[in-house]
Amino acid sequence: MSVLLKNVSYIYGKGSSEEKLALRDINLEIRQNEFAAVVGHTGSGKSTLIQLLNGLEKAESGEIFFHGKNIYDKDFSMKMLRSKVGLVFQYPEHQLFESTVVKDVAFGPSNMGWEQLKVELSTFGALKDVGIGEELFDVSPLALSGGQKRRVAIAGVLAMEPEILVLDEPMAGLDPASRKEIFELLKKLHRERKITVLLVSHSMEDVAEYASRVIVMNQGQIVLDGEPRKVFRYEKELSKIGLGVPQATSLMHFLAEQGVAVEDDCLTVQESISAILKWLK
Amino acid sequence: MIRNITIGQYYAADSVVHRLDPRVKVIGTLVYIVSLFLFNNFWGYAVAAGCFCAVTVVSKVPFSYIVRGLKPVFFMLVFTALLNLFWTPGTVFFQLGPVELTWEGLRKAFFLSVRLIFLILGSSLMTLTTTPNQLTNALEKLLAPLCHLHVPVHEIAMMMSIALRFIPILVEETDRIMKAQMARGADFESGNVIQRLRNMLPILVPLFVSAVRRANDLALAMDARCYHGGSGRTKMHPLRYQGRDFAAYLLCIAYCVLLYASVTYLPVL
Repeated sequence: MSVLLKNVSYIYGKGSSEEKLALRDINLEIRQNEFAAVVGHTGSGKSTLIQLLNGLEKAESGEIFFHGKNIYDKDFSMKMLRSKVGLVFQYPEHQLFESTVVKDVAFGPSNMGWEQLKVELSTFGALKDVGIGEELFDVSPLALSGGQKRRVAIAGVLAMEPEILVLDEPMAGLDPASRKEIFELLKKLHRERKITVLLVSHSMEDVAEYASRVIVMNQGQIVLDGEPRKVFRYEKELSKIGLGVPQATSLMHFLAEQGVAVEDDCLTVQESISAILKWLK
Repeated sequence: MIRNITIGQYYAADSVVHRLDPRVKVIGTLVYIVSLFLFNNFWGYAVAAGCFCAVTVVSKVPFSYIVRGLKPVFFMLVFTALLNLFWTPGTVFFQLGPVELTWEGLRKAFFLSVRLIFLILGSSLMTLTTTPNQLTNALEKLLAPLCHLHVPVHEIAMMMSIALRFIPILVEETDRIMKAQMARGADFESGNVIQRLRNMLPILVPLFVSAVRRANDLALAMDARCYHGGSGRTKMHPLRYQGRDFAAYLLCIAYCVLLYASVTYLPVL
C-alpha cells in the first residue's frame, strides 16, 4: 500500500457563493508499482483528486495515508510528500523558468535541501531518463521544441526521485511522435524504476494500451475501478457519463450485438484482428 | 488561494443604479468626488454622507461590501491623518515633549480622512454597480470628442477592456504556476523579504512568458477577424440615454444645489 484515501470529500470555492462539492466520499488505494489511469468528464473531480495526493489541496473531510501515515498529522512533512508524490501538471512546460535546462530541472531537488552532488546526480539522471542529450543541457528551456520542453518539465519532477508519478494529461497538445515518446518513457520508468504511475487521460486507446487499472470518475465520485478489460465492458454506462471505450473495443461490442460470436473484450486493434480472424476460421 | 482575489469587484443585483447608463454613473461619481474637495464644512459632509447612503440603499449593494473597499487603503488613511494631526501649526491644546497637537491639525486630519473615505466609497459604489465592460464603453463614449485632437480613444478603450478581460485569466494562471512550483518543493511563505522576492521568480518568469504568448495569440485572432481599429466600427449594444438617466442627472444637479445651499446658508461648524 502506498497511498490510501479514506472517505475523502472536497468542496470547491468554499465560502463563496459558488460552493460545489468537487469530491464526495472517495475511497481509493493506489498500490505500489501500479500503472493506473484516471478518466472522467471535465469537472468530474480528476484534477482535484490528484492535487489531494501530494497535499496541494486539502480535503474538507476524510483522511489520506501515505505509507500508513496520515498526511494531515501535524508532524507530517509536506515537503517530503511532494518529493515522493511527483505531480506533473497539465502543460507542465508552462512552468519552466530558469535560464538553462539543467538549472530548471535542478530546481526541485535543490528545494528538497539535498547536497550539491546528489542534486546534480539526480538532475543528470532525470534528463537522461527523458532522453534529453547533453548538447541541450545549457540551452534555455524556452528555446526547445514543444516535445522537448514537455520532457524537460517531466524531468524536473523526476529529479526529485518520486515513488509515485502523477501526471495530468501528459500528452495534451503533442504530436503523435512526442506522445509515443512520453508513453514509452512512462512505461520504462514503471518497468525499470518500479515507479508507480497515475495518469489522467482522455484517450481511451492510450489507457487501454498502457494502464493496468482504470479509475472512472463522474461528478466527484469513483463509479468504476478495475482492469481496463473489465471496465471497458461497460460501454453503455460509460457513454452515459460522456466517456467512450477504445474504438477497437467498441467495434467488437457492436459485432457481438449483431449476433456475431466473437470475443468482445478486446482492447487494441491487434486483439480485435485476431479475434475476428479466429471467428472467420 | 489566490483566485479569491476580486478585481473589478462587480456586485450583481437588480437595481435602478445597476441599470443606469454607465456614463451617468461615471459623471455622477466625478461630480461627487470633485464636490468633496470644494468645501471645508461639517454640513457639507453631512449632505454628502446622506446622499451616499441613499444611493447605496437604492443600489441594493450591502454596506459591508462597500466598506470592504476601504481595507487596502486603511494604512494610507491613518498615515495621512497622523501627518496632518502632528504637523499642522496652530493653537496647541496638547503637548508632550516635541509632540504638539493643534486644533487646526485635528480639524484638518478629520476633514481629510472623511474626504478620502467618501472618495473611495463613492468610487467603489460605481465599480460595484457597473461591470468593467460597461465602464470602458462609457469612457469610450465620453472621451469620443478627444478623437478630434487625434487621441486614440477607441484604442485606449480596447486596451482597457482587453486588460480587464485578462485579469481573471492571469489570476488563474498564477494559481496554476504557483501550485506547479509548490509541487516541486518551492516555498513562498518563509524567509525574509529579499528571499521571498527571489522565491517569486519561478512564478513571475512563466507568468510573463504566458502573458506574452497569450497577447500574441490574441493579436493573431483579432487580425484573422479583420480588426482594423475603431473607424467604422459599430456596437452590438450601443449606449442610449433613457428617462431614468435624465432623472439621475437631475438628481446630480439637485445634490450640487443642496450641497451649495447647506455650505452657504447653514451656520459654520
